[in-house]
Amino acid sequence: MITAGVDCGAKNVKVVILKDGEIIGKGIKLAGMNTNAAAEEAFQQALAQAGLTRDDVAKVTTTGAGKNEPTFEHEIVTEVGADARGIHALHPEVRTIIDVGAEEGRAIKVNEAGKVVDFAINEKCAAGAGAFTEAMARALEIPLEEFGAVALQSSQSIPMNAQCAVFAESEVISLLHRKTPKTDIARAIHDAISDRITSMVRRVGIEERISLIGGMAKNIGFVASLKNDLKTEVIIPDDYQYVGAIGAAWMAAEE
Amino acid sequence: MAQDEKGAGYWRWTESRWTSPDLNPKNGEVNSAGVDVGSVSTQAVVMVDGELYCYSNMRTGSDSPRSAENAMNWALEDTGLTLDDIHATVGTGYGRVNVPFATKAITEIACHARGANFMYGPTVRSILDMGGQDCKAIHCDERGKVKAFLMNDKCAAGTGRGMEVFADLLGVHINEVGEMSLQVDEEPPPVSSTCVVFAKSEAAALLREGWPKERVLASYCSAMAHRVVTLLERIGVEEEFAITGGIAKNAGVVKRLAEELNIELAKTDMDTQIAGALGAALFARALYEKKMKSG
Repeated sequence: MITAGVDCGAKNVKVVILKDGEIIGKGIKLAGMNTNAAAEEAFQQALAQAGLTRDDVAKVTTTGAGKNEPTFEHEIVTEVGADARGIHALHPEVRTIIDVGAEEGRAIKVNEAGKVVDFAINEKCAAGAGAFTEAMARALEIPLEEFGAVALQSSQSIPMNAQCAVFAESEVISLLHRKTPKTDIARAIHDAISDRITSMVRRVGIEERISLIGGMAKNIGFVASLKNDLKTEVIIPDDYQYVGAIGAAWMAAEE
Repeated sequence: MAQDEKGAGYWRWTESRWTSPDLNPKNGEVNSAGVDVGSVSTQAVVMVDGELYCYSNMRTGSDSPRSAENAMNWALEDTGLTLDDIHATVGTGYGRVNVPFATKAITEIACHARGANFMYGPTVRSILDMGGQDCKAIHCDERGKVKAFLMNDKCAAGTGRGMEVFADLLGVHINEVGEMSLQVDEEPPPVSSTCVVFAKSEAAALLREGWPKERVLASYCSAMAHRVVTLLERIGVEEEFAITGGIAKNAGVVKRLAEELNIELAKTDMDTQIAGALGAALFARALYEKKMKSG
């Protein structure tokens, strides 16, 4: 059976084509102002990679903040459910999932069967999501792709007083005025977001093994701060951005 | 602020100073001063025998002691007074310990209550101070003494900084945001995101949909009003109710707030941003008189 999972995130739409448990195609597009158009494009990209056409796909399931947007025929599953199913397919040994996307952070506790036991979500505040790092990278005038690496060059840990992204931006500017090295400010920012995420994870309880997924998993500065806070290793799947879409595709196949 | 160097600076609210045309400081017995070094703005107030004589209201720079000095110098400009003529000074606000010429530092909660009592009269029982980077709900007695307070200083929603971000986004000067937000025929639904970062994306999407600026501002002002009402409800509102701080000058937020609370607001002719410094100057006077009495 061939199914598709579509994860309509706040920033990117991710599509995965699944054939009998094998990932045979992937697509990713910036959601921009039109999630539906981005979903169509990412879908076409994934189909092209799989060498299939739309008619070959038996069922489509969507998830993510914009899961209601696509106009093609689809069923809907929750982000938490899709993350849990996706990680179960990729790393069944994982018990705690940390998903940090552009505008949302989630901590999900799963059992051996891949079922959700408990979860916590922050979708109200940019301080616990990728949007925070984006705003800070802008304030420091460091390209987002290099931001994490810059943080790793820091020689000392300095505290950030502000939690709020708006206040943190002012704090970053005054740190720059005081000639604080950008590397140290970058580290302080990654430590701050890691701190926020870690306290959310503690609310559901930390059980090994732990997996980090979502766009923030590509930020090596954040990963370093998070490992430091959790005092343990974290599993980052190769398809860390596609876990929700993979889970959605699995759920489509199973129903 | 990053926008300071790069953008057009719509967030730059107007700095001001004022001197009483009626008072002569040379006839005064006690000249007291209050300096409120906030995270966004700094005010210096000079009182002569408990009457407001002069003040300044400026943006805080990156250096607190210098901001305090600048504000004081500007307040005293052309008055003929110098720092040596001031008998006692109290520092307050976020940077209160960084006022080099202060006799004492007193918390902004105490100073705001004391200042509001002076500005709005002894009948004021609840004060909402909407500052640059925090928002405080204060209960006080008829002497302006604090009975209870609640504060949000963790999140930009409901603060002046949040409004500055919107002024910049829409390219509308911060001084005009409030009035402009009232130019709508029908009240739009409030912006749904609490977080200023997310609210900004939401507003950008509304603009792309073709919403006029007035409507977007109405939507944000009503969201901000609602946000602070939630803070107020946790402590309760007793009449009379007064608003101090920079947002008190934003008619768009103030009007919606009064409507949501269904309450009449206390009125003043004074600059609502000087409440903290005013309270500090009143405390300074009391400190000096106490010192003189005890010899």
